[in-house]
Amino acid sequence: MAPEMSLISTVQAHLPVLPVVTALVAAPLAMLVRRPAMAWLVATAAAVLLLIFSLMLLPATAAGPLSYAVGGWQPPYGIELRVDRLTVIVLLLISVVAVAAMPYARASALVEIAEDKQHLFYSCLLLCLTGLVGMTVTGDAFNVFVFLEISSLSTYALIGMGRQRRALMAAYRYLILGTLGGTFFLIGIGLLYAMTGTLNMADMAMRLEPVRDSRTVLAATAFITVGLGLKLALFPLHAWLPNAYSYAPSAVTVLIAGCATKVAIYLSLRMHYNVLGVDFTGEGMQLAPMLAIFGLVGLIVCSLVALFENNVKRLLAYSSVAQIGYIVLAISLASNTGLTAGIVHLLNHAVVKAGLFMAVGAMVWRCGSDDLQVLAGIGKRMPITSAAFVVGGLALIGVPLTAGFITKWYLVTAAIEQQAWLLVVAILAASIIALGYIGKIIEVAYFRPSPVGAPVGEASPLMLLSMWSLVLMSVALGVWADGTVTLAGQAADVLLGARR
Amino acid sequence: MGLLNYWLVVLLMLGGLYIVIAHGNLIKKMVGLNIFQTSVFVLFISLGKVPNGTAPIAIKGAADTVYSNPLPHVLILTAIVVGVATTAVGLALAIRIREAYDSVEEDEILAWREPDATGSDTSPTTTPEPNF
Repeated sequence: MAPEMSLISTVQAHLPVLPVVTALVAAPLAMLVRRPAMAWLVATAAAVLLLIFSLMLLPATAAGPLSYAVGGWQPPYGIELRVDRLTVIVLLLISVVAVAAMPYARASALVEIAEDKQHLFYSCLLLCLTGLVGMTVTGDAFNVFVFLEISSLSTYALIGMGRQRRALMAAYRYLILGTLGGTFFLIGIGLLYAMTGTLNMADMAMRLEPVRDSRTVLAATAFITVGLGLKLALFPLHAWLPNAYSYAPSAVTVLIAGCATKVAIYLSLRMHYNVLGVDFTGEGMQLAPMLAIFGLVGLIVCSLVALFENNVKRLLAYSSVAQIGYIVLAISLASNTGLTAGIVHLLNHAVVKAGLFMAVGAMVWRCGSDDLQVLAGIGKRMPITSAAFVVGGLALIGVPLTAGFITKWYLVTAAIEQQAWLLVVAILAASIIALGYIGKIIEVAYFRPSPVGAPVGEASPLMLLSMWSLVLMSVALGVWADGTVTLAGQAADVLLGARR
Repeated sequence: MGLLNYWLVVLLMLGGLYIVIAHGNLIKKMVGLNIFQTSVFVLFISLGKVPNGTAPIAIKGAADTVYSNPLPHVLILTAIVVGVATTAVGLALAIRIREAYDSVEEDEILAWREPDATGSDTSPTTTPEPNF
């Protein structure tokens, strides 16, 4: 190695692999230091490094995708990491939510996790991040499965750490469904390997070209679609999500609501568009109408369930399934505008929903219950937290000047472009229902008197810091939307580029 | 041999999946999940078989030897490790569930009435014994 090889150039040379390595090394480190405060410092440092590396990857991929051969083994034989515009968006999303969630995790772990388990909590959190980041950067289909299971296994453990014992059952159910999903994905990869003899995604896409209509590839497509559908909580496969979100420790809810389902959506985009090259518009398997129907029904049904739900955490969880419906709808449109809308919504919704779960988590923590009625008058008892909820809620509904407005604007534009009037109606209807369920909480919080002797007091400063940084970001993403929309447009080009 | 291996895989897979769905006992569910995962291991391993191929260990001085494809075996080693880890986490959760609910039957656990979390009504403060 040349002596002028400085640290910076080494970092530059290994940039694609560094996010994974950072999180993976930090995970056992957090476990070994044992003291909760130290473990938290390790986790926070790792998250900040993750953000720095993601930001460094942003200009590095402007010209084209970066490829990195792990251990010097050249693709397609070795494992390739591949970072393009879409990857960078998801990496930024994960690292921003992770950094913002860390102060919150500290405050919530202090009250929710036993002191002798806190270092394990941070360790699991970092392992989960490792898996999520790994799934995002890897260009190898089997490697995706490995990272998927790393993040899933740590998520099961994290959910099981919830204070109520129902958390255990929620974790068990997610374990069963998550493993089924992961194994279905593995079957799909196996069938594709049987057809192509390769595991490298780019190589696989090329070799699949002549055999695209064979029955094996169609079966693989079906297995991969269902497997990832389970992980991303596509409407009829979402059974694990509401309980997992409601009973997990609140910092975990923030992380999995913000990142885990979004990374599964990213994988679905990657597999369907770049590897399988599914013909969304032509003959053969009618994947687009199927996804559109599931997205549409999920959007309306889960919005309605949220409207009648009286447990605030479950309400937000059902709202999450509905929002996934938006993204799936956007994907099923298979146009550049549609994909741009879907990717922007992926980003915006993660920030908005993570912020909302933080605010609600803090309220529940203060009141000791997640029942809506117990939150009566919380607007006066926790003014700063409630204000954060209101701003986040407005962003979820899609009020102008917030992130939600930008995505709904692009979604409706994409639907009108294809004259899918039913979708336009559904998107607007779901926004009105969202107004209903967010309005319901705001009404209870601000216009009902507090119960006598109800606990008063703000959330801890760390929680407020986390919450407001995400809420303000959701406003910033609405006011200065050019950056994200341009980036998402470039990502949509990456997805559609393979089929031009 | 024809498609025999695939039929066996399908049989194992459906059997495992059926156990996962039909049984309410959390331990039996884990058994079903293991059978389901094993079927996928068999699928991968049988994919690697090359007709007349021998075990993929290089034999010196026999350049024309046909070997089976070792890659699926390696992949499945990883998948087995993942499966073991999943089983471990699942069983650990089942133990914790048994401690918390005194049962590993799903219907009994779901029928268990949670003591009121608000503590505002007259529900007993001590955890009642399950009366199944």
